[in-house]
Amino acid sequence: MNFNATLIGQMITFGLLVLFTMKYVWPPIMQAMQDRQKRIAEGLASAERGVREQELAKAKAAQMLKEAKQQATEIVTQAHKRANEIVEQSKQEARTEGDRQLLAAKAEIEQEVNRARDQLRSQVVSLAVAGAGKILKREVDEAANASMLDDLVGQL
Amino acid sequence: MSESGGHSATGYIIHHLTNLKVGEGFWTIHLDTMFFSIALGSLFLWLFMKAAKSATSGVPGPLQNLCEILVEFVDTQVKDSFHGRNPVIAPLALTIFVWVFLWNFMDLIPVDLLPSIAALFGIPYLRSVPSTDLNSTFGLSISVLLLLYYYSFKVKGPVHFTMEILTHPFGKWFMPFNLLLRIVEDLAKPISLGLRLFGNLYAGELIFILIALLPWWIQFVLGWPWAVFHILIITLQAFIFMVLTIVYLSMAHEDH
Repeated sequence: MNFNATLIGQMITFGLLVLFTMKYVWPPIMQAMQDRQKRIAEGLASAERGVREQELAKAKAAQMLKEAKQQATEIVTQAHKRANEIVEQSKQEARTEGDRQLLAAKAEIEQEVNRARDQLRSQVVSLAVAGAGKILKREVDEAANASMLDDLVGQL
Repeated sequence: MSESGGHSATGYIIHHLTNLKVGEGFWTIHLDTMFFSIALGSLFLWLFMKAAKSATSGVPGPLQNLCEILVEFVDTQVKDSFHGRNPVIAPLALTIFVWVFLWNFMDLIPVDLLPSIAALFGIPYLRSVPSTDLNSTFGLSISVLLLLYYYSFKVKGPVHFTMEILTHPFGKWFMPFNLLLRIVEDLAKPISLGLRLFGNLYAGELIFILIALLPWWIQFVLGWPWAVFHILIITLQAFIFMVLTIVYLSMAHEDH
């Protein structure tokens, strides 16, 4: 249990250990810890910023949604209006077209009627002539009566 | 075990408390103490330098984590009790804490293990716990005392420092008394530091040796609780040594 040179040896060892710790151990570890501290602080700050930005974005999105809804409503209203217009226009066109076709049909019918009437008339004439011819077969000379018959046809 | 005292209990204990030494008189060197303290110091440096070299501000690995916890712990202690600016104090405190802890930790290794292994290689004596050697604990505490004086001188200047020694705490009319008080105070610091660590660990080791004398089937009944209790003791002693060093150095920096 005597004191001896071991004491001096231990003091030297201790001194060397402290020197090495000071030079090579303490600064890098401290540096790393401080850097991490800074990074964590920055990370927290940016997270907070992110939250705020998200809130802003949410508000913005809500605003945009509202606008979009409004626009959609407008568009639907306009579309209804336009549809009504188109329907009205179509009705109008249909009516005009119907009128036009009716007129054409009427004209055609009239034409047909006229033609039928002409035909009928000529047939009646020839029938009358034939009937008269049969009745008057012997007495009436066809050639003598031709002018009178033409007159008759013109009156019909 | 048979080198010095045969198989008797006294011989066993004495054998366990004898250092492996070379040299004569004062110039004796305790080879085992030196070997283990240098080996543990190198282990400390190797671990921490490995961590420091690959230290990253990103996600730390397990080793870096461990070192950072210790560094931060020591740094907090230093910041709590030391208010000056001195780049030496914190690394010094870290060295003391880890080194003394490693010394003390050797106490938890079974008392016969390392001496028996050494005996296989023909080494007759081996004490594996450096803090049960007064030379180790006083080597540390005297180094701390020298640092105390160095910084007192450096911070206060020779004149102011001499004045402080002569006129505190009772004023200039009690100069001799003040000086005497100061001498006692400055002697008490290293002696209490060194003896506290030595006493705790020496007593602990002695009890481990006594437990080792019991029959093998009963040893764990006492050995286990004592070892568990010792986990607290070795950490606490390292912590106390570190904190007192910081406090003493802080006092050396303070201007009265």
